[in-house]
Amino acid sequence: MADFNVADKVDITDVVCPVTFVKTKIALEELDEGQILQVHLAEGEPLQNVPRSCKEEGHRVLKLENNGDGTFEMYVAKGPDDEA
Amino acid sequence: MAEKIDYATLKRGGFMRQKQKNRFSLRLHSVGGAFSSDDIRNIGDIADRYGNGTVHFTARQGVEIPFVKLEDVENIRADLARVGLRPGVCGPRVRTVTACQGSTVCPSANIDTQDIARKIDERYYGMELPHKFKFGVTGCHNNCLKAEENDVGIKGSCRVKWKEDPCISCGICVTACREHAIEMTDDGKIAVDYAACTSCGRCQRACPTDGWETHPAYTLTFGGQFGSTLIKGQECIPPIDDEETLFRVTDAAVGYFKDHANKGERMGKMLARIGRDEFEETIKEAYRG
Repeated sequence: MADFNVADKVDITDVVCPVTFVKTKIALEELDEGQILQVHLAEGEPLQNVPRSCKEEGHRVLKLENNGDGTFEMYVAKGPDDEA
Repeated sequence: MAEKIDYATLKRGGFMRQKQKNRFSLRLHSVGGAFSSDDIRNIGDIADRYGNGTVHFTARQGVEIPFVKLEDVENIRADLARVGLRPGVCGPRVRTVTACQGSTVCPSANIDTQDIARKIDERYYGMELPHKFKFGVTGCHNNCLKAEENDVGIKGSCRVKWKEDPCISCGICVTACREHAIEMTDDGKIAVDYAACTSCGRCQRACPTDGWETHPAYTLTFGGQFGSTLIKGQECIPPIDDEETLFRVTDAAVGYFKDHANKGERMGKMLARIGRDEFEETIKEAYRG
């Protein structure tokens, strides 16, 4: 386990694109800037797209851990809100 | 008696003879399937005025207005010109340049395909050659535009170089690479086997931290065709880094075709007949500059 102060966790292994990112985005919306979300995601398409989409929305991906069972843990820090 | 109709001249001007007597399908000039909404409205109006109210989207992103009568040829040309449109070409010359949406729209694209297509169109469209000659420009290695089916295919590539500082050693790039050209060392550093790398750019696209230096590039294939005979265009030089070199190489390919192809012979057939060695040497010379 990574040593992060995780504010919330979300499991997106039970949904498919684009809901994977939607679930992640909604979970991030509940957090304050700088708080960390832990995302449980599957390899393949979610792994190629969800971390990248987080970056593109201004969040900071801190770490990805391979669970060795086809799933990963992503730790992402919420970026600044772009809504004024 | 009626004048003899010069079908070849009509065809060169984009008027294709239909099976119905005195009916022509009028091909319009287009680039990369890009039209403004005004263009589309004007095409619709002209199809109502001169055709039978239908419009055909062609296999190569073009537009044709079918059921045009011979006596309307001059009027329809004038009406098209008034709204900034013009007929296309058919026959033994450089045809409609095709392109995907490219980097101004598509998140996967490595290059601005529409811009490159417009430049190719300005440079070559309608140029008289021994046979038809097709260019296609696709933005990335997903190859939506099927680069290799063209006489000259251009594919957007992305040269990559790993940056240690932003990297969080997540390993996504390792899993993103379809060539297995990326490895992560035990201390979390990334090593790229550039001999296996195809510069597709998937690694940098999947990267969550901008951990790659990137440079767009053009991967070219030559001699493809996808009609009655299928030939896949082939690469013979590394990805090209700049537009100046790109057009030097396309000039060389078109020039070689003009000088060496028999009448009615596509580039792929020409290369099968005379061999690829001398052609590839010409292309490599142009690449080196």
